[in-house]
Amino acid sequence: MIHSTAPDQIVLSARGLRRTYHKDKLAVPVLRGVDLDVETGKVTALVGRSGSGKSTLMHLLATLDRPDQGEIYFQGKRIDNASRSQRDRYRNADVGIIFQFYHLLPELSAIENVIAPAMIGRSMWNYLGQRRQLQQRAEAMLDRVGLLHRAKHRPSEMSGGEMQRVAIARALMTDPKLLLADEPTGNLDTETGVDILKLLSELNADDNLSILMITHDDEIAASADVCLRMQDGLLSGKTVPRRAA
Amino acid sequence: MYRWLLCFRYLRTRYIALASIISVTLGVATLVIVNSVMSGFAAEMHDRLHGLAGDIVIDCHATGGLPDPEGHLAEIKRICGDEIIGSSVSVSVPAMLGIEFRGQQIGRHVNMIGLDPETYNSVSDFGKYLMHPENQQNATFDLRDGGYAPGREELADAGWKHRRHWVHVKRLQDKIRAQEEALKPQAPQSQEAIDAAQGPTFGAALSPSFAAADAPPVIPNPLSNDSTGTLQATLDPMEDQFPGIILGISTCSVRARDADGNVIDHFYAQPGDDVRLMFPSASDNTKVLNKTFTVVDLYESKMSEYDSMFAFVPLKELQDARGMIDPQTGVRSVTTIQLKLAAGANLDAVRDKIRDRFPPELFAYNVQTWRDMQGPLLSAVQLETTILNILLFLIIAVAGFGILATFFMIVVEKTRDIGTLKALGASGRGISSIFVSYGVLLGFVGSGAGLVGGLLFVQNINEIAGVIEVMTGQEVFDPTIYYFDTIPTIVRPLTLVWVTLGAVGIAVLASVLPAMRAARMHPVQALRFE
Ligand SMILES: Nc1ncnc2c1ncn2[C@@H]1O[C@H](COP(=O)(O)OP(=O)(O)OP(=O)(O)O)[C@@H](O)[C@H]1O
Ligand SMILES: [Mg+2]
Repeated sequence: MIHSTAPDQIVLSARGLRRTYHKDKLAVPVLRGVDLDVETGKVTALVGRSGSGKSTLMHLLATLDRPDQGEIYFQGKRIDNASRSQRDRYRNADVGIIFQFYHLLPELSAIENVIAPAMIGRSMWNYLGQRRQLQQRAEAMLDRVGLLHRAKHRPSEMSGGEMQRVAIARALMTDPKLLLADEPTGNLDTETGVDILKLLSELNADDNLSILMITHDDEIAASADVCLRMQDGLLSGKTVPRRAA
Repeated sequence: MYRWLLCFRYLRTRYIALASIISVTLGVATLVIVNSVMSGFAAEMHDRLHGLAGDIVIDCHATGGLPDPEGHLAEIKRICGDEIIGSSVSVSVPAMLGIEFRGQQIGRHVNMIGLDPETYNSVSDFGKYLMHPENQQNATFDLRDGGYAPGREELADAGWKHRRHWVHVKRLQDKIRAQEEALKPQAPQSQEAIDAAQGPTFGAALSPSFAAADAPPVIPNPLSNDSTGTLQATLDPMEDQFPGIILGISTCSVRARDADGNVIDHFYAQPGDDVRLMFPSASDNTKVLNKTFTVVDLYESKMSEYDSMFAFVPLKELQDARGMIDPQTGVRSVTTIQLKLAAGANLDAVRDKIRDRFPPELFAYNVQTWRDMQGPLLSAVQLETTILNILLFLIIAVAGFGILATFFMIVVEKTRDIGTLKALGASGRGISSIFVSYGVLLGFVGSGAGLVGGLLFVQNINEIAGVIEVMTGQEVFDPTIYYFDTIPTIVRPLTLVWVTLGAVGIAVLASVLPAMRAARMHPVQALRFE
């Protein structure tokens, strides 16, 4: 699909992404030339049947995996073949990633989990120098997701919805341009899921945060600005009028 | 920063890793203890061994010894210069020691050494090992009134008191015997038969030779008064003494335990007693000489080899007796020259210089440093220490494999977290450093604990030995064997540093492999890991 949008309105784009898994002699082509544009400041939903390759695409976009072919651009800069440390920095600061299973670090408290990306992105001295500001920012992020009162709690002491909120706060810690979310509500009951989605759309509205979100929920997909469908290793999609309903 | 945070958190939440470090702790503690005790023993032995001989010992193998020691010394000083700061000459000769003990003759093979206490003390620790406190300061061959070995009950009477006592008793016995014989002069033979029966093998074996010496004397040197017969006539044992002799303590005593397990020495002879020595003359036509000496002190270096072999007599006395004086010139001979070198002098270099001057092809001299003389013993101890160290480091290496296994398990357990950290932008280096610093910390904790434990053990090793003795009823440290009252220990800081570094190094090495595995993990697979 070809977008008529101006380049500076595209935060992330992919061209001709191919990814084939090989198991013994059997080749499983999952992505067969995916083109994608994520518009700045919009919520983009990615739907498709289970096993269609949504997560695979997400991993490529997050540079957790590398495509066999194709290119990925973040704000016009190619990142899929950037150096290791550049990709590390991209994951650390430019995008925030949320997973279906939260992936919090069990040894750390909620607030420490939120600060973790800031620690990872800084040298020790740098971190110690900015400790107070970072602590305050982490508290602000926790407050944003409504969990400041649980700051000292470990993940094992929290519910799934709370853990996902902490994960969102963590993803927001480094002030990313883009949020990549792989089924953020997939493991939660409908009501909690709605809360999480409400939080995400608030972030989108208030901070103009771009969001790419994988989901199985057609209703969620329908409420997004753009809805893309993954099928047979290719993307097809349509723009939905914003908040049409 | 997250590395240290996570590292500390892992340390706090994963006590199993601490269990794996206990083996490091034990290994380090054992290494510290073994090294301290071994170097304690080695140092003690070094001290003792070095104390017994000068830095350099020149032995002349000729029976007559080397003539003109002053000339030799002057020559040695000329070639070695200022490095020689002390010297002593002595005569050393194999001898048979005869002690009369309760009517029995006890014979011991000894190494008889004629020395001059003053110069001898300047090259080696001779006086230090004597019993009498004053002899320790200023050794003489004169019998002292008493006060030998304060604290040793067995020697409480030693000295003139003992001498007067036994002389008195002997005279009484002689008197009684004389009276008895006067009463029944018809049976003089039977008395001798009884004597022979009382003094069994030893007495029988030795008495003929002693009797020979008692018989009209063979006097090799008219100057010396070594005929006991003539001496006894002029010497009152109540007031006078024969030439003094200092016996190695084990030549005249046996050590045993009484019923309560206390160590007790039984003395055949003690200061105040008279003993006989038989030794070869220096003449080409070697004869056996027989001479009586008065024990004036005992020598206890606690090196059993020395304590059971040495008998020290005045140098002049021995030279006179053996005929080691040139009748024409009056120049005396000695068999041994001992040299003391300035601190820091190169023993081997000096030895080689002297050897060059007196090459073994021309002179029957054996020039040795004290290390050469004790070489086998010292190198045996050294080897033992080395082997023990290798074995104990192997123990720590085994502990290293325990750490390796534990760390691999922790890495597997933390796979998802590793994926998460990578998703958050952590580098492979950063992730591996979590586990390496974890290893470093464990290594320091483990070896630190081992170090402290080991040092505490060393500090209280004798008390611990005592407790073990009480608990097992087995003597851990038997003073009858070792001649040390306490276990000697020396803690060498350098050894501690090496042991700690080695242990930490092994812990780090063991953590590097799992850390590398963690760093190489594919983030997507790590995230999917269940
Ligand atoms: N490591 C792998 N080796 C082989 N095949 C793989 C591997 N990872 C994923 N696949 C295959 O790739 C396909 C796409 O998987 P992916 O996880 O992207 O699907 P998905 O769209 O996210 O599904 P779901 O909605 O259930 O999460 C699946 O058929 C899966 O079996
Ligand atoms: Mg998926």
